[in-house]
Amino acid sequence: MLLELRNVTRRFGGVAAVDAVSLGIESGEFFTLLGPSGCGKTTLLRMIAGFDAPDEGEILLDGVDLAGTPPEHRPIHTVFQSYALFPHMSVEANVAFPLVMSRRPKAETAPLVRESLDKVHLADKAAVYPHELSGGQKQRVALARALVNRPRLLLLDEPLGALDAKLREQMRSELIRLQRDVGITFVFVTHAQTEALALSHRIAVMNAGRVEQVDTAERIYGQPANRFVAEFIGMCNILPAEVKTANATHLSLDLGSLGEIVAPLYPGVRAGHRGLLALRPEQIRLSPHGHADRLRNQFEGTVQDTLYLGDVTHYTIEIAGGYRLQALAPNSGVGRAQLFRIGDALTVAWRHDAGHFIRD
Amino acid sequence: MGARLTRWLISAPPSLFLVTFFLAPSLIMVGASFRHPGAFGGLAPLVAAGRSGEHGLTLDAYAFLFGDWIYLWICLKSFVVAALTTLVCLLLAYPLALLIAASPRKRRDLLVLLVILPFASNFLVRVYAWMIVLGPFDLLYTQAAVLIGMVYVHLPFMILPLYINLEKHDPVLLDAAQDLGANRWQRFWRITFPLSLPGIFAGSALVFIPVLGMFAIPELLGGTRDILIGNLIKEQFLDNRDWPLGSALSLLLTAMVLALAWVALRLARSSMRGVS
Repeated sequence: MLLELRNVTRRFGGVAAVDAVSLGIESGEFFTLLGPSGCGKTTLLRMIAGFDAPDEGEILLDGVDLAGTPPEHRPIHTVFQSYALFPHMSVEANVAFPLVMSRRPKAETAPLVRESLDKVHLADKAAVYPHELSGGQKQRVALARALVNRPRLLLLDEPLGALDAKLREQMRSELIRLQRDVGITFVFVTHAQTEALALSHRIAVMNAGRVEQVDTAERIYGQPANRFVAEFIGMCNILPAEVKTANATHLSLDLGSLGEIVAPLYPGVRAGHRGLLALRPEQIRLSPHGHADRLRNQFEGTVQDTLYLGDVTHYTIEIAGGYRLQALAPNSGVGRAQLFRIGDALTVAWRHDAGHFIRD
Repeated sequence: MGARLTRWLISAPPSLFLVTFFLAPSLIMVGASFRHPGAFGGLAPLVAAGRSGEHGLTLDAYAFLFGDWIYLWICLKSFVVAALTTLVCLLLAYPLALLIAASPRKRRDLLVLLVILPFASNFLVRVYAWMIVLGPFDLLYTQAAVLIGMVYVHLPFMILPLYINLEKHDPVLLDAAQDLGANRWQRFWRITFPLSLPGIFAGSALVFIPVLGMFAIPELLGGTRDILIGNLIKEQFLDNRDWPLGSALSLLLTAMVLALAWVALRLARSSMRGVS
């Protein structure tokens, strides 16, 4: 394991900003700390970088405790949200900075700087000053500078936050390519769940100083560990449920007034467990009233609200018992942008292997 | 068109002020430097009137000025005193400005107020106070006394521009430098110092130029032995009644300051790329 956090706690005025966090990050991983603002992810990042120290617990790099090692002596670099390029230095001098600090001979510096700028496609901007660069270019200079002397770990503090939407998407793919290319471990901090899902090998979802779940993107999205994770990542329908039976292939869930439905099996779940059914909006199929699919989980409903988003339309549907479901339907039919209008009666259904049971 | 008119209206009053009170006197001085001194002070008439004395235009003042090394020597000495004052002010002001800029926001205003507080009392009173302070130490009427007085009076003019510059620095740059391997010393010399160059140049200009023309401090604290170009100019107008020579000396001083400012500006431009 490259980086290990053991029970790391940091308090500010008696309130724990980071509360007994334990994590292990493997070498070569793209690891993301995801959470709403104020969840402690930035505090955690500052402690890994060395700008802050934990009140309790340890941070180990390659098995060695980092306590007492100042930031300048940690083989860890940070890409700051505001890029923090040195305005009085050319792009070249900015990228060379870490090499100069570690007293590399001049003959080695120049080729390393060129190589690093090549990696971010900015070789032609070497002589330019930061104020002459666009936001995306500044971002890439910051990356080249932080990677030039191959740190053991690269920390990225909401690096895409200051970019506009189009550029953000582009930088996302760049980051994935760059990380694969250089093979350096990335720890990425963000509050944007789409960013986290797109980039990461593994994600730690944080809330109020604690880690709620550490998992791959697919499992974080498909099998959230609790209600917070389910609701924070994407849209999610949450219905109270109780396990009636758990057999070898599936669960039978009692949804109260809605009756019984079938959900996929989840290890450790047994009959009698109470909890929640988490159902993603895109898992729900909509069909006109009376044209039902042959699906096991089916309810009649009416459209309460629609929101046309171009590629998909977001429907709010009321079903029996006053429950409201959010459903996303692709607008793939030519000339039929919207399938249903407000007030339409329809049938909602989902597959027996859709949804996820969360134990309370 | 409206924007152009607005611009013109806004810039007119200061332009008018500068033309009236700076450009016109300067031109009058240029004219005066090419004339004869009047018999009882002032300037001799341009056209001979009645009893013919000296009149018309002459290069006498300049011939006199460049004919004697003492004037250039005093000029050079004034430059050395001004440079030394600027250097001492910079060395004293920099740590103080750093300290103020690093203080909590609330305390900063108080500290800045303390820096400018001496201006609340009269300049001459403060210089006389220094005579009382320096007297017992056998320092009065020495070059050291002049330097102390100069530094004392001009220190706030160095502190304020430095503080204003340092206060604007983005602290994340120091974090980034530290993160990339710079220790405290390297962070200062590679980040803080180069970024503060505009403040250093501004403060230096605000100290250097007034010190060059200052005559009250050398007269009161330096005694009669140590005169600087400011005293020399004042003497020509008030004691010797040689206005042309006084004007020529003033112009020499102005020319030297402008030459220096030009060199400094070129230096500043090349060392501050990307900063301002």
